[in-house]
Amino acid sequence: MKKILKTTLGSAAIAIASLAISGIATSAAQAGELNVVSWGGAYTASQMKAYHKPYTSKTGTKINSIDYSGGLAEMRAQTEANNVTWDVVDVVISDAITGCDEGMFRPIDIDKEMAKAPDGTPASKDFLDGTLQSECFVPLIIYSTVFAYRSDAWSGKKPTSINDVFDLKKFPGKRALQKSPVNNLEWALLADGVPLAKIYDVLDTDEGKDRAFAKLDTIKENVIWWTEGAIPPQLLADKEAVFGTGYNGRWFSAIAEEKQPFSMLWSGQVLDIDGYVVSAKSKNLDEAMKFLKFATDTQRLADQAKYISYGPARKSSGPMVSKHAELGIDMAPHMPTAYADQGFLTNFKWWADNADEMKERFAAWLLQ
Amino acid sequence: MTDQTAGGVVLAADGTPLKASLNRALRKSRIRALLLVAPLLLFILFSFLIPIFDMMFRSVDNWHVGTLMPKTSAALADWDGKALPEEPVFAALVADLQAGAKSREIGKVGRRLNYEKSGMRSMVVSSARKSKRLKNGPYKAKVLKMHKKWRDLETWTVIKRNTAPYTIGYYLNAVDMKYDKNGDIVMQNKNRRIYGKLFLRTFAISLAITVICVILAYPISFLLATLPLRYSNLLMIFVLLPFWTSLLVRTTAWIAMLQSQGVLNDLFVFFGFVAEENRLQLIHNLTGTIIAMTHILLPFMVLPLYSVMKTIPPTYMRAALSLGANPVVAFVRIYMPLTLAGIGAGSILVFILSIGYYITPALVGGTGGTLISNQIAYHMQSSLNWGLAGALGAILLFSVLGFYLLYNKIVGIDNMKLG
Repeated sequence: MKKILKTTLGSAAIAIASLAISGIATSAAQAGELNVVSWGGAYTASQMKAYHKPYTSKTGTKINSIDYSGGLAEMRAQTEANNVTWDVVDVVISDAITGCDEGMFRPIDIDKEMAKAPDGTPASKDFLDGTLQSECFVPLIIYSTVFAYRSDAWSGKKPTSINDVFDLKKFPGKRALQKSPVNNLEWALLADGVPLAKIYDVLDTDEGKDRAFAKLDTIKENVIWWTEGAIPPQLLADKEAVFGTGYNGRWFSAIAEEKQPFSMLWSGQVLDIDGYVVSAKSKNLDEAMKFLKFATDTQRLADQAKYISYGPARKSSGPMVSKHAELGIDMAPHMPTAYADQGFLTNFKWWADNADEMKERFAAWLLQ
Repeated sequence: MTDQTAGGVVLAADGTPLKASLNRALRKSRIRALLLVAPLLLFILFSFLIPIFDMMFRSVDNWHVGTLMPKTSAALADWDGKALPEEPVFAALVADLQAGAKSREIGKVGRRLNYEKSGMRSMVVSSARKSKRLKNGPYKAKVLKMHKKWRDLETWTVIKRNTAPYTIGYYLNAVDMKYDKNGDIVMQNKNRRIYGKLFLRTFAISLAITVICVILAYPISFLLATLPLRYSNLLMIFVLLPFWTSLLVRTTAWIAMLQSQGVLNDLFVFFGFVAEENRLQLIHNLTGTIIAMTHILLPFMVLPLYSVMKTIPPTYMRAALSLGANPVVAFVRIYMPLTLAGIGAGSILVFILSIGYYITPALVGGTGGTLISNQIAYHMQSSLNWGLAGALGAILLFSVLGFYLLYNKIVGIDNMKLG
């Protein structure tokens, strides 16, 4: 009885919570339809042009595009309530790993179920090294969290590395950093002289964590912390900050489309992967897998780069990246993958283990 | 109507006892009343009470290990905790890991245990993957080789503790405490203590905002209540206009006003109050949070105060003056006590609203101005630690109830008047 009561109460509450979270009630996609969820804005627009429209005209399947702001709360609520309406979801890799571990997402046999490269290379060899970190996840793009600065902030001087971000004497002014330990701890160690390849080894020790926080202490007074990706370009444009970290696509639109006087500091960029997962309990599993295979093939990934400056996750898509569809700018130099040697890939496994502890410690550090 | 009595029972006209007949009539009206409130009752039940109970249940629920690792839980039942367990426990562990890897649910155990000790997630998940290859025993040596943490006594203490179906672990976490190596409850490491501080800060900021609101709202409400109608109507519109504007718009407007290149700082520099290079930092800190929240919550203080002041007859003040009180004495001794009900109502509204405030501190709070609700939202949406979010929420809920009781004891809830 208790169990039944618990389940009923639980699922009712979850159903309501999921309504509240999504804001609108999304119903399960009808037969011949698919609910595809992504981040909204320019990013979803690029996916609709590159994946959704060609897929609909090829198969006749209608695709409902749903926006969300990231995180697994909604997916978990849907899965627990046994009422999954989201079929394909665009997630960051750390969420893909967590959701896969919890059984929310369907495991995918990348070679059997995904498209080969045009030259016949199997998919597992075609996706960039290090991007296939979860068996439920098919990578779409490589984006990076990267520093940019106001070109007019210091006459004659130009920052060249992360060390300069931590050098308040040479480059005075506020820094806009993300309110999260992720990336900031890595940068602090990098600026403290730890080589790229050793960062996570050092961070795994107690002394290394102390060292990272101590380095962040040196600029703490001069940091504005942001939480939404749209904020850092705004802060730089308003001259509230001189340095800022942000997603490279946002910097690209500020520089190329809005002609802001910003420059990129590619050195020390942190590469991150974004891609699709399929709900394990999707009601349109076959259709979802068909869409996934289509959307992640070489041509589609190269097409998306026409609309947004994120690097395609397949090696075979790289050479096909051409000019921006509306601005006519050559996109290749704006891809984070072009500067991959100057940055590093986040160690998602380390963060999956340590995020809970480090985020508490980071919050406590901010309060001091 | 004739009164009939049968054996001392008063009967109604149709011969039934009067009491029963009255009850029937009352029952009808009761049912009608119930039907009238039913929509709201059901709405509150499903959208408010059940979710609250569900979240509170989650804050103690600890099903993960017991349900997903049943054999290990049983085998650990009489482990004494002094040395690493023996072979039967390891055999049970391997069986559970294999089953968990197959059902793809073992990650939930990993996440649950990782809340207690960082690093246990990857230990569980990677061991579950490796366990698929283990065909036959003895398992102890093989498991100890799979991950170094299995050789750590604390790992087993944590697992055994969490085989219990309920836990106070989330509440401990929410008040900056934890279990140490031996399973004793101690304070959290200094560099991880945040929730206690945030609770205190939330209450302090809410109290400050309430006091500022009273100070700001009292004169406005007084004006509103005493000015002739054509002026007071205009004033009322000034109060209500921001009230009708979207919360986000108002918050963003404050960012434009207060930022260091913003309107206010530009004016200060223009008039020479501050130098160009020392522009004031008014936003992304505590100051910004208090200014923006005070502005947003001010109407909740003005409206109850106004409606109470409106009902105070001006003759009272005139009477006091004509009886010889000077204006200050008349105001303090006659007018102010009459407005207490409005102050009480406004204060309770503002205080309770600001305790749960979330969007404004998130946008303008920076590091110094974030509140406990921002942490709750973080654990709901990002970290997915719903148990901890539930525990923090429950503590917040019960402290609000505590404040309410305290208020009732000191001021008396009957002395509150919303209009």
